[in-house]
Amino acid sequence: MPGNTQKPNGNMVTFLLNGAEVQADPNWSLLEAIQFYGIDIPTLCHNEGLTPYGVCRLCVVEIENGTRAKLVISCMHPVTGGLKVRTHSNRVIKTRKMIMELLIARCPGSKKLQDMASRLELKEVRFEPLNDDCILCGLCVRMCDEQMAARAIGFAGRGADRYITTPFDINSEECRKCGACMYICPVCELRCQGPQAETTLCSGCINTEPVCAQNFDDAMCFMVPCLSCVKGPDDVK
Amino acid sequence: MTIDESKLDSIINEYKAELGSLIPILQDIQAEYNYLPQEAMEYVAKKLVIPEVQVFGVATFFKSFSLKPRGKQQIHVCMGTACHVRGSKNVLGELERKLGIKAGDTTPDGEYTLETVNCVGACAIGPVVVENEEYHGQMTPIKVEGLLNNR
Ligand code: SF4
Ligand code: SF4
Ligand code: FES
Ligand code: FES
Repeated sequence: MPGNTQKPNGNMVTFLLNGAEVQADPNWSLLEAIQFYGIDIPTLCHNEGLTPYGVCRLCVVEIENGTRAKLVISCMHPVTGGLKVRTHSNRVIKTRKMIMELLIARCPGSKKLQDMASRLELKEVRFEPLNDDCILCGLCVRMCDEQMAARAIGFAGRGADRYITTPFDINSEECRKCGACMYICPVCELRCQGPQAETTLCSGCINTEPVCAQNFDDAMCFMVPCLSCVKGPDDVK
Repeated sequence: MTIDESKLDSIINEYKAELGSLIPILQDIQAEYNYLPQEAMEYVAKKLVIPEVQVFGVATFFKSFSLKPRGKQQIHVCMGTACHVRGSKNVLGELERKLGIKAGDTTPDGEYTLETVNCVGACAIGPVVVENEEYHGQMTPIKVEGLLNNR
């Protein structure tokens, strides 16, 4: 799990994290504070080396400031004193699963998304799979701009037609072919090609001895728990 | 297409070459050329010192910008709710048939560009067709003839 390793400095604020009174640096985002205290919440478009972007919505948490509780994305929400934060309330878990379901329906071929869905114990996908190759997380765009200083790719179009591209949709001379965009893309890595590879949701592997290891030299995924390659209860050793 | 850089310079300089002026600059370029030539966008990116992909992103975001050359005559057919229920679909169909192009395209001779819009704020006189900023109300497939001077 990527943790927050920054040293707190300056004046600390006190807030309530899952019922426990904790302190955090007011310059941190809520996500950084949550990670600092070792709580694991899923994130997708967030990366420590890049500016927060707030598009995947997976890092959603419930906050209470006064009487009303509301859902916010933690990666772009500031930490303020007196805030009450719940990272695993029923409402949060339900919302997270819904977001995950939509993401999986868009890109069922992504290993990273399948692994995350499995962790969130997503059991079904009720949407028609799109088999797209991009979830528009913008990681590649920020990587190219902020770390590679090439600024060779970006978003074009809008709404449902938004997509990632090079200037004028042609081969860009700005691109150095460094591959950083592919390295960081959560959709580029293909999912496990095990027995149920054609279903929208691979649903995790239940075996401690992965079935895929019978067909391939190495286990193909590292899901907890390992479930995906099981066809019926008899297959479980 | 060759781009007259001094013309672009005078447009860009009018806005002091600031990042916030990207949209008005593109608008002025489009007014000049009727569309946004790629060379012009590359030049703007260079002058404003911003990535080309950012100019491209803005140009593709707004529907009012066109990346393809457009015809001398612009025909916009309103497809808004009010015009739709009064049969703008038939008007569009007739225009497409007469011009031999689909909405969004330009005739091969570069004369007409046909586009759809969603409400031009004149619902009371719908279906509306806007030809070169001139509004024509109560349009019917038959009246289309008169718009296109014998095509
Ligand atoms: S490969 Fe090209 S587009 Fe990708 S990060 Fe590197 S420079 Fe940017
Ligand atoms: S190409 Fe990959 S990294 Fe880039 S926006 Fe799409 S999913 Fe994200
Ligand atoms: S990690 Fe916060 S919105 Fe994506
Ligand atoms: S719907 Fe056509 S002008 Fe309003």
